[in-house]
Amino acid sequence: MSEETIGRALQSDAPLTAAVHQRDVAHEIAEERGWHEAALVGRTVTVNRPRAELYAFWRDFRNLARFMESVESITPSDDRRWRWVVKAPAGKTVAWDSVITDEVDNELLAWESVEGADIKNFGRVEFRDGPPGRGTEVTATIVYEPPGGDLGKLIAKLFQKEPKIQARRELRRFKQLMETGEISTAKTTNAAPQG
Amino acid sequence: MRALTWHGKHDVRMDTVPDPQIVNPRDAIIKITSTAICGSDLHLYDSMIPSMEKGDILGHEFMGEVVETGPGSTLRKGQRVVVPFVIACGKCFHCEKQQFSGCENSNPSDTQDLGEIAYGAPMTGLFGYSHMTGGYAGGQAEYVRVPYSDVGPIVIPDGLEDDKVLFLSDILPTGWMAAENCQIEPGDTVAVWGCGPVGLFAIQSALIQGAHKVIAIDHHPHRLELARSLGARVLNYHDVKVREALMAMTGGIGPDACIDAVGMESHGFSIDNVVDAVKVATRIGTDRAHVLREVLMACRTGGRVSVPGVYGGMGDKIPIGALMEKGLQIRTGQTHVQKYLRPLLDLIGEGVIDTTFLISHRLPLESAPDGYKMFKENQNEVTKVVLKPDWQKEAA
Repeated sequence: MSEETIGRALQSDAPLTAAVHQRDVAHEIAEERGWHEAALVGRTVTVNRPRAELYAFWRDFRNLARFMESVESITPSDDRRWRWVVKAPAGKTVAWDSVITDEVDNELLAWESVEGADIKNFGRVEFRDGPPGRGTEVTATIVYEPPGGDLGKLIAKLFQKEPKIQARRELRRFKQLMETGEISTAKTTNAAPQG
Repeated sequence: MRALTWHGKHDVRMDTVPDPQIVNPRDAIIKITSTAICGSDLHLYDSMIPSMEKGDILGHEFMGEVVETGPGSTLRKGQRVVVPFVIACGKCFHCEKQQFSGCENSNPSDTQDLGEIAYGAPMTGLFGYSHMTGGYAGGQAEYVRVPYSDVGPIVIPDGLEDDKVLFLSDILPTGWMAAENCQIEPGDTVAVWGCGPVGLFAIQSALIQGAHKVIAIDHHPHRLELARSLGARVLNYHDVKVREALMAMTGGIGPDACIDAVGMESHGFSIDNVVDAVKVATRIGTDRAHVLREVLMACRTGGRVSVPGVYGGMGDKIPIGALMEKGLQIRTGQTHVQKYLRPLLDLIGEGVIDTTFLISHRLPLESAPDGYKMFKENQNEVTKVVLKPDWQKEAA
C-alpha cells in the first residue's frame, strides 16, 4: 500500500513531510535503508535574508550549535566530514560523524551519518527564493532511525519527545538569529545560559 | 528591585526580585517612572489567561528613563521613553510591513508553540502577559528589560509629563487603530460598543479622523458621561434597545462603521485551554458574543466593522449571513503600536489629543495590589490606575 499512498501524495505539489500517510513515507525510507524504523521531521521557514547568506551560514556546520539547543558542538574533520556532539539526558553526550552527500551552492545541502553511528540519520536543507522581496524559504528535513537498546532508552527522550516540536523550535531560533542577530529570550538576567 | 507579581486568582503581591540585566545586544534597561493597570490585566487577576506562572511580573503600559543599554541599542542613558506593549524585532516580514503585532521573532522559540496550535500562527511577544506571549517580565516594577530597544521605545521630549504620554504604550494607539480600521468617510456615523479606555480613545480618535457622529454604548453611567464629554451621543443598554436606537439615530440605515471595544472576557489562548475556553465561553461568553452579534446586525449594508476587543477562543452563533449578505468588512488585531507612536506623540504635543481625563487614581507602586482590587470592584468610577514607583506608600 505504501508505494501507492506515497505516489498519490507526490501528485500534490507539497513535500512528503506533509503527506497524510506519514507512516508509509517513513516505512518506505526504512526499507530503502535497511533500518528497522524511520522517523521523518521536516519544516519550512521563511527567513528575511538573502539566500547566499543563509547557505553560507549553514555550510559552516559549526554555526548550527548556535541555534540547535540539543547540539553541543559540530566540528570539522575535513571540509566534508563533521563530528556532531549532541546532549543526552543526565549530562551525557552522544556523538557521530556525518559526511556531506550533496551540495549545490546557495541551494542545497545534504548530509548523512557514517557507518557505525549510534543514531543513523540523514538531513537535507534547501534554500529557495521566496516571492520577490519576501526573503528565502528554508526547508529542513531530518530522517533518523529511532535507536533501540539501553542507549535508545537514554536518548529516546531527546529525540522522540515531540521531534517535530524540537525541529520547529530549532528553525525558529535559526530565523531569529539570521534576521535579528539575536536569539529571543524572556530572561531578565545573565545568570542563566543563553543562546 | 520591587515588582508586582502574580501568584494566582485575585492574588497579586509586591515582591523583591532580582534586578533585570542586559541579556541580548539590542536590550535596554528602563527605570520605570509611571506604569498603569490595564483592563486586560484584570483577566490575569481573574486567572482567566492560561500559561501564567507564580512570580510573573505584570504590567504592559509603562514608561521611564533609560539607565542601561546594550551595544545594539540606539537609546542613550537618561532619555525618557514610552515602551510599546508589543515587542517587535523590526527585521522580519511583518515588522517591515509595519504589522508589528505580527512580529515573527519577539516571542522566544519555545513559547511560540501554543499560539501556533491554537491560532495557526505563533503570538508575538508582549510584556507581562503570560508565557504564551513569551513570558516577558512586565513593567509594574522599578526596572524592566526592554528587548529590541532600537525599534520599540519612543523618546519623549522634555516638557511633556508622564500622564500625557503614558497611554502611547497601548490604549491610545489601540483606540486610534480601532478608528482607523473604520476607514471613516465624511458624514459617517460610528457606533462604539464599550466605553472602557480603548472605547473612549476610539471615540476621541474617530472624531479626530472625521466622523460626523459617534454613538457610544455602555452601562456604566460615569463611563458614558466621559464618552459624552468627548463629544459622543450615548446609549445605556440597560435602558434602551441598542439596535432600535441606532436605526432611529441613523435615519433607518444603521451606522456606517461599528467598533466592538468589548471583546470576550474568556481568552482561550492555547490548545490545552480550548476545552476550558469553551466552558468559560458557555458560562459567561454569551453576552460577550452578543456584542459582536449585535455589531454585525446593526452595521449598515457595505459598512465596516472594527474589533479591537480581545477574543481568544472560539465564537459561537456568529451571524455570518449578515456579514456576507450585507457585504460587511471586518478589521481586527492586536495593535501595531510602533507604527502609531510618532503621529500620536505629535498630536499630543500639539494639544489635539489629551488623554489625562482618563486617569482616576494615582498610587505608589507599593499599593499596586490595592489598585487591582479597586479597579476590579468599581469599574464605573475607577477608569484608570497609574502607579508611581518613586512615590512612598505613606504619601498616598
